[in-house]
Amino acid sequence: MFDFFSKEYLLETEMRGDIAVRILRRIITIRETEEFIARKIESGDIRCPCHLAVGQEATPSVLAEFLNPEDRVYGTHRSHHQYLAVTDDVEGLLAEVLGKKNGCAKGMGGSQHLINIEKGFGGSVPIVGGTIPIACGAALAMKLKDNRSIAIPFFGDGATEEGVFHESLNLASVMKLPVCFIAENNLFASHLHILERQPETSLCRFAKAHLIENIQLDGNDVISLYDHLKQIIRYVRDERLPYFVEVMTYRWKGHVGYREDLDVGVKRKEDLSIWKTEKDPIGRLLSKYESLKDTYENFIREVHKRIEKAWEFAKQSDYADKDFLLSCVYCED
Amino acid sequence: MKITYAEGIRLGFEYLLENYKDVFVIGQGVWSPWYVGSSMEGLDKKFGRERVIDTPVSENAVTGLCVGAALNGMRPICVHPRMDFAVLCLDQLVNEAAKWRHMFGGQVKIPMVARLIINRGGEQGAQHSQALQSWLAHIPGLRVVIPYTPNDARDLLISATLCDDPVVYIDDRWLYEQQEEAKPIQIYSLSKEALKCIHEGTDITLVGSGYTSLLCKNACEKLKDVISCDVFDLRILNPMNLQPVFESVKKTGRLLVVDGGWSSCGVASEVIARVVEHLRDVTVLKCAPRHITLKNAPAPTSRYLEQIYYPNVEDACKTILDMVKM
Repeated sequence: MFDFFSKEYLLETEMRGDIAVRILRRIITIRETEEFIARKIESGDIRCPCHLAVGQEATPSVLAEFLNPEDRVYGTHRSHHQYLAVTDDVEGLLAEVLGKKNGCAKGMGGSQHLINIEKGFGGSVPIVGGTIPIACGAALAMKLKDNRSIAIPFFGDGATEEGVFHESLNLASVMKLPVCFIAENNLFASHLHILERQPETSLCRFAKAHLIENIQLDGNDVISLYDHLKQIIRYVRDERLPYFVEVMTYRWKGHVGYREDLDVGVKRKEDLSIWKTEKDPIGRLLSKYESLKDTYENFIREVHKRIEKAWEFAKQSDYADKDFLLSCVYCED
Repeated sequence: MKITYAEGIRLGFEYLLENYKDVFVIGQGVWSPWYVGSSMEGLDKKFGRERVIDTPVSENAVTGLCVGAALNGMRPICVHPRMDFAVLCLDQLVNEAAKWRHMFGGQVKIPMVARLIINRGGEQGAQHSQALQSWLAHIPGLRVVIPYTPNDARDLLISATLCDDPVVYIDDRWLYEQQEEAKPIQIYSLSKEALKCIHEGTDITLVGSGYTSLLCKNACEKLKDVISCDVFDLRILNPMNLQPVFESVKKTGRLLVVDGGWSSCGVASEVIARVVEHLRDVTVLKCAPRHITLKNAPAPTSRYLEQIYYPNVEDACKTILDMVKM
């Protein structure tokens, strides 16, 4: 493994208090927005399929510390958390989930198609593995333009079962592309546990096969994520080489919608209660930074107000014009 | 000066690589002497292997790479040396390239070309012979072009690459040796471009695309003393503009479409359907429209069966005579 704690890469890694505050704010924004969406699904106000990311907030919230708007983050069907971490666009997300023209995809995407080019969120789409080669292509463009940007495809453990994932890792390795692959291993693809789909739970073996530097991290430990991602992103940016990060995490909700999938027989009740308590990224961060507790309470109130306002804005927005159905198929009519 | 179809393609690449910094070419076999015939000869040496990139055997990821690069300011041309191989990249072409602009409310563009080569015959068999243009022409968001003449091979490649939409460019190895006088480069706006009349006549309307345009032209030549054919080369399969064909059929009252793919849900059926729908008054038709396509079977391997399998000029002449006599 590449030693980024060697003297060349040895940096001050202790996370300062103000950084912890920023990261906490992102995590809370995601957590509360996702819980809000869950309630609105349950009440029938939101009908678009939403794959919620409660519990998986930490990784993108930390990663956002190290990105520039020129970098490109790509996601999947489950990308609200990545989108919010990178863009902080609660308003655009809620309007999009309702299919309104003020949404981040102008009301044409819904929950599974999010984009915000200005802020560096290159796009999320639900075909599993679909954005992995696209992120590599973004990195190839960056390489050909000889700039310092990097590309980051987020994907889940299910995507590692797609052929295009392996093709993409191989390409990134032989073509030396500045890509930081981030596999969010939440142990489930839909209803199936990873051990019912793969011979072991760790995904780093795929990176090893393609000779890509790799690491498995605790995806719910903000402090460790901060230490490592800081070095890793610097490595990808400076060395112009790929890196593979596997973050172990868990989603509190079911595959899609507001329920927890206990009702449909997915056996995860005991694990879920552990992930919701001792492995909760918020609780763990607060226990390390005692001083954040007051800030936490304030943030929660602030975020709630913001979400309510964003929801009203979204509800009052119009749907995309019907002309839009045909006018954005091609650039030229 | 005369140029061949293969030279036309190579000249198109040269023009693009020479004049547009954002263009690069990527695909299996682009450094190889045999994968893509002479249509890309020497490009890697002239423009460097950073811009003319040969790849691992990964059709889907390489196509996805082009989608990503196109989303980020480049104009990639992705080469699949057999159309059959491109079946492995349909996810990226159909689910991603064709849809991103629409899914994201027109906020992005994907100016990429997927060059798919039809290379049949020569006892290559079922997985090295397919002409699947009708699949791709089915998809909103993709433009599909299929040149027949050497000048068009060059100009449609350039126009496709400079177009801001994803374009499938289909060329045909059976046309590579075709020659014509070189004309100055013409850059088309694909949204405004349509099919071309390649021979004027009054008795019957013939419609082809790519290699089958040549087939129609040859049939027209062969029958010129007895039958006068109005011959069209489709050039652009999606979005398809058939206006000149509508006018022609009103004049001739007869329509024969020849396509290099299969019949079922194919390009030929589409042309006939649109013409009939457009005519409204079908009494202008002197006989029912007909089409010639591949037989409903995968491509065989032996030379003997290949001769039976692929439509030829004799088949076209026979059908034309049959239709005009009626």
